[in-house]
Amino acid sequence: MNDNTPVLSIRGLTLALPQGADRDYAVEDVSYDVARGEIMCVVGESGSGKSMAANAVMGLLPKGVRPTAGEVLFDGQDLLALSEKQHRKLRGLRIGMIFQEPMTALNPLMRVGAQIAEVFEAHGKYTSRERQARALALLEEVGIPQPDRAIRAYPFQLSGGQRQRVMIAMALALEPELLIADEPTTALDVTTQAQILELIRDLQQQRGMAVMFITHDFGVVAEVATRVCVMRYGRIVELGTADEVLDNPRHEYTRALLEAIPSNVIPEARGGERPTPLLEVRNLNKIFRSRSGLFKPAREVRALDDVSFTLAPGETVGIVGESGSGKSTLGRCVVRLERPDSGTLALAGTDFSSLRGDALRRERHRVQMIFQDPYASLNPRHRVGYAIAQGPMANGVPRAKAMRQAEELLELVGLGAVAVDRFPHEFSGGQRQRIGIARALALNPELIVADEAVSALDVSIQAQVLALLEELKQKLSLSLLFITHDLRVAAQICDTIIVMQQGRIVEQGTAQEVFLSPKEAYTKQLLEAIPGRAHEAAMA
Amino acid sequence: MSFFARFAQNRGALVGLAILLAIVLMAILAPLLYPESPWRMVQRPFLAPMEVEGFWLGTDTMGRDVAAGLMHGAWVSLLIGLISTTVALLIGVPLGAVAGYYGGLIDDALMRFTEFFQTIPNFALAIVLVAIMQPSVVSIVLAIAIVSWPPVARLVRAEFMSLRHREYVEAARLVGQTNRTIILKQILPNTLSPIIVLASLMVATAILLESALSFLGLGDPNVMSWGYMIGAARTVIRQAWWLSFFPGVAILLTVLALNLVGEGLDDALNPKLARERS
Amino acid sequence: MLYARLIVMRLLKAVVVLFLIIIFNFVLIQLAPGDPAAILAGEAGATDQEFLRQLRERFGLDQPLYVQLWRYVSGIATLDFGWSYRQGMPVLDLILARLPATLLLTGTAFVLSLALGIVLGSMAAARVKKPSGSLIMALALIFYATPLFWVALMAVVLFSVYLGWLPAYGMVTVGAGHTGFALVLDVAKHLVLPATTLALFFMAIYTRMTRASMLEASQQDYVKTARAKGLSPRVIQRRHILRNALLPIITLAGLQAGQMVGGAILTETVFAWPGIGRLMFEALQQRDYNLLLGIFFFSAALVIVFNIITDLVYRLADPRIKEAS
Repeated sequence: MNDNTPVLSIRGLTLALPQGADRDYAVEDVSYDVARGEIMCVVGESGSGKSMAANAVMGLLPKGVRPTAGEVLFDGQDLLALSEKQHRKLRGLRIGMIFQEPMTALNPLMRVGAQIAEVFEAHGKYTSRERQARALALLEEVGIPQPDRAIRAYPFQLSGGQRQRVMIAMALALEPELLIADEPTTALDVTTQAQILELIRDLQQQRGMAVMFITHDFGVVAEVATRVCVMRYGRIVELGTADEVLDNPRHEYTRALLEAIPSNVIPEARGGERPTPLLEVRNLNKIFRSRSGLFKPAREVRALDDVSFTLAPGETVGIVGESGSGKSTLGRCVVRLERPDSGTLALAGTDFSSLRGDALRRERHRVQMIFQDPYASLNPRHRVGYAIAQGPMANGVPRAKAMRQAEELLELVGLGAVAVDRFPHEFSGGQRQRIGIARALALNPELIVADEAVSALDVSIQAQVLALLEELKQKLSLSLLFITHDLRVAAQICDTIIVMQQGRIVEQGTAQEVFLSPKEAYTKQLLEAIPGRAHEAAMA
Repeated sequence: MSFFARFAQNRGALVGLAILLAIVLMAILAPLLYPESPWRMVQRPFLAPMEVEGFWLGTDTMGRDVAAGLMHGAWVSLLIGLISTTVALLIGVPLGAVAGYYGGLIDDALMRFTEFFQTIPNFALAIVLVAIMQPSVVSIVLAIAIVSWPPVARLVRAEFMSLRHREYVEAARLVGQTNRTIILKQILPNTLSPIIVLASLMVATAILLESALSFLGLGDPNVMSWGYMIGAARTVIRQAWWLSFFPGVAILLTVLALNLVGEGLDDALNPKLARERS
Repeated sequence: MLYARLIVMRLLKAVVVLFLIIIFNFVLIQLAPGDPAAILAGEAGATDQEFLRQLRERFGLDQPLYVQLWRYVSGIATLDFGWSYRQGMPVLDLILARLPATLLLTGTAFVLSLALGIVLGSMAAARVKKPSGSLIMALALIFYATPLFWVALMAVVLFSVYLGWLPAYGMVTVGAGHTGFALVLDVAKHLVLPATTLALFFMAIYTRMTRASMLEASQQDYVKTARAKGLSPRVIQRRHILRNALLPIITLAGLQAGQMVGGAILTETVFAWPGIGRLMFEALQQRDYNLLLGIFFFSAALVIVFNIITDLVYRLADPRIKEAS
C-alpha cells in the first residue's frame, strides 16, 4: 500500500507559545512526512507538543500559538501560508480529523444524521436528500448498529464508542487524503478501544489514505503504527518505522518510555499460605436508584451484585474492570464512602458495613484511600503538611506531634520534609500522588484502597509511583485493594486479581492464573483487547 | 500575581473603586459639610442649580437643599445596601451549605423553600412587607434581605454539591473529620470567592431596591434617601427636572461602581485556568 | 401526552405555591403590629366602624386562628378576594379590569428585551476585544445599573416634555374617542415609552447573559469539530454556538418573570399606565392593604404561569430532557 509519496510533509516547523508559558516553543524544528497508505504515530507524554503540529495542519491552533519557522506542505502548498478561508476549504474535504472526547465532540442539540450531513453542506456537495442517504451509508460503514435509527438519534443516546464511530464517519465523509486522529481512543474502555483501532486500521487500508495518529500509549502504537515519531518537550527524539522504534529504540527516552509500560510479565506469587483474612466481603449488594421524579420512573443500576471475596494481611488484591463494572463502587463501599444495601464487610472481625454516624467516624482510621485525581485530592487552601496531619489530629493526636509525623511521611514518600509548608499547586501530578499516599499512611491504616491511583499519570510517572507503592508494601507490609481499569498495571502489582463486569465478579484467582490461563470468556476478551499485546507476544 | 495586581488589571474595576470611594467619602463628609437636617427648609423652593451661591444643585419643592439631601442619602444607600446584604448572606449561606452538603431530603425541603421565595415576584413581596410592617430602616433592610437571599442559597448549595464529592473532601471524611469541620474548614473556604463576588453585586441590587421602595413612598420617613428625592420630585418633573436628575445619577454611579468592582473581584478571585493540553 | 402530564403536574405544584402564598399573606396580617382589621382597612379607614365590623366578620377575627385561616383560604379558593373599601369595588374586578394593560406592557417589553438582548449579546460575543463589542457591554452595564423609574422619568422629560414626540401618560388619548385602527395606533404610541424603558433593564441582562453563554459555548469541543468540518464561521456561530447558548437564556427568562412584575409596578406608576402595577401603587397610597395583598397574590400567579411556559419551551429546545422523562 505504501507508495511513499508524502501526502503531508512537515519541514522544520516551529510554533511559538504566548509569553508567560512554561517554555518558549510548543514545538521546535519538527520535520516528518506522512505518506499515502501509512499510519504515522506521533507519541509523547502530556506537554510534549505532540498535537500541536496536527493543529497547525488543520489551521486550528490555540489562541496565541503562532508559527515562526518552517512549512507544512500538503499537496504542494504550504498550509501555514493559507488564509483562513482557503484553509476552511481543505478541512473536512481533504483533511479529516477526530478528537479525544467523543462525549463532548458532538453538538448535543443536533441529530447525528444532520451533523454528518453538515460536512457535505459545508463543501456544497449534493442535495439534502443525497446527504441523508450518504450519512446513512457512512454510519453503516463505520459499523453502528441500527444505522437507520442512529441517524435520527441525538448524541446522548449513543455510547462513547458509537459516538466515536460517528466522529469517524464525519471525518471520512468526503474521503479525505489525510486523516488526523488525536488520541481517539484514550477516553474509551479497553474493549471499545480495540474495536475502534480495528475500524481505523480497516478504513485506512480500504481507502489507502494517510493517517496521522496522535497518542500517548505505546500499546496503541504497536497496534496501528507504520511509522513512529516520538516527541518530548516539543522536539522529536526519535523517528523511524514501527519495528525499528519499538524493537530497537535508539534514544534513551524512548527506551525509558517503553520500559515504563507495565509489562505482561507477571511476578511470582507472593505471600504463600493465607492466614485469617483481614477483609472479608460477603454477598455485597448495592443498587443506585436515580430518584423517581414526577415524570420518570426510578432507574436502577445494579452497581454491586452479590460480591464476595477476601483479602489477607499483606496481600494486594486487584479489582479490574471497565467503566460501569462496579469496581469503584466496591472500593467506595469498602472505605464506607458508600453504604452497601446488603451483605457484610468484616475488617479483622469488626463488621464495617453496618456502622453509622460517630461510631463509623471513630473506626474510619482503619481503612484509608488513595484517590485517582492528583489535582482534586488535595485541598488547594491547605498546606501539604497540614493536609497530612489532619487525619491524626481528627483522631486526637496533638498538632505538633501530627506535624512531625507528616514530615517523616513526606520523607518516606520521597518528597523531603521541606514540603510540609508548601501548597499543593506547587507540586506536579506525580508529586501530589505521593502526598496522597503519605496522607493515607498517616493513620497507620490496616487496609489501603487505591482507586485508579496511577491512571491519571503519564506512563513514566506511573512507573515511579508504582515503584514507590511496591517499596512501601515491602517496608510496611501494607494490605492493598488496588482498583484499576488497566490490566497491565494490575499484573505488575497485584497478588490476586478479581475481574468485574456489570457489578458481578466474573473471575478471581492469583495474578498468574488470571493472566496466563483465564477461564472466562470476558477475561479473555479483556486480555486480548490490551493494545500492543500481539507485538509483545511476538517479542517474547 | 497578587490579588490586587489581578484586580488592577481590570481598568473598569479601578474606576469603579474610585467612584465607590468618592461616594463613601460623601457619606462620611455629609454630617460635617451639612450638619443640619437635610429635611430643613433653607431657601425658597425651586432654585435651579447654580442660581444662588451655596446651593449649587438648587432646592426642591419645599426649599430643601438638594446637595445636602444627596450627601446624606449616600450614607443611607450604602448602609442599607451593606446591612441587607449581610442579613441575606446570613440566611442564604447556612441554608445553601446544609442543603448542598447533606443532600437528600434535607436538600429537597430547603430547596422547595428557596424555590418558593424565588417564585414570588420579589419587588412586589418587598412592597407588601414594608407596607405592612410600616416603613422604617429596619423593615426595609428585612424586606430586601428576605427577597435577596435565594440566589445566595442556590449558589452556595451548588458549590457545596460540587465540592462535597471532591476527593479532598472525601479524604477528610475518611480520616474521621466531623461534618462540622468538613463544612467549615474544607468546603466553605473554597466557596468564598464566588460568594464575595455575588455579595458585591447584591449590595448594588439592594441599593436599587431601596431606591425603588423610597420612590414609591415606602422609605423611612426619618431618613433622606435618593429614591425619596426622585419620588418627591416626580410630579414637578416638567418644571424642575434637575430635582430628579441628580439623585438618579448618584444611584446610577453607585450601582455602576459596585458592579465594576464586582467584575474586578471576579477576575481577581477566579483567575481562569487556561491550561493548554497537548 | 407527555406535555399534558407535565402541565398537570406543574399546575398542581402551582396550586401548592399559591396556597403557601395565601398562608403567607395571612401570617403577614397576623404578625403586623396593631389590629389586623385596622391594617386590612388601612390606617385612615380605621375610623369607619362599619367597615371594621365587616372585616372582622369576614376574617372571623374573634374566632380561633385556624378558623380565621380557613375562612381566608376558602374565600380566595372561590375567587373571593374581598372588597376594596377605597375603590368601592370587589378586588377581583379591579384586578381583572387592569390585567390586559399589564399583559400588553410586560409582553411587549419581554419580547423586545429578549430579541434585542440576544442580538446584542451575540454581536458582543463575536466582537470580543473589539471596540464595538466593548461599547455594547458598557451600554448594557449602564442600563443594568440605572434605576428603572429614573430612566422612565428622564424619558418623559426628553421625549414628551422637550421633544414632544410621544405621549407621557396613560394608555389612550383621553377624549379622542378613537376606534378601530386609530385606537390601535393610539395605544401603540402610548406604549412606546413605557415598554422601551421597561425593556432596557432586561435587555441589559439578556445581553450580558447571551454574551457570556456564547463565549462559554464557543469553547466546547463540538465547536472545534464543526470547524474541522470546514463550516463557515457564520454557520458555526448560528447553528452550533447560539443554539447551545440559548438554553441557559430560556432558564434565565423564566427566572426574570418576577423581576418583570416589579419593573411593571415602577413603569406603570411613572407613566400612569392603567395596569395592576399602577393599581398596586394606588393601593399603597391609599393604604388599601386588602387590595395590595390581592394584587400580590395575582402577580405571583402570573409569574407561575410564565414559569410553566418557559419550562415547556425549554423541553422543546433540549432533546436530552425529553428522553429523561
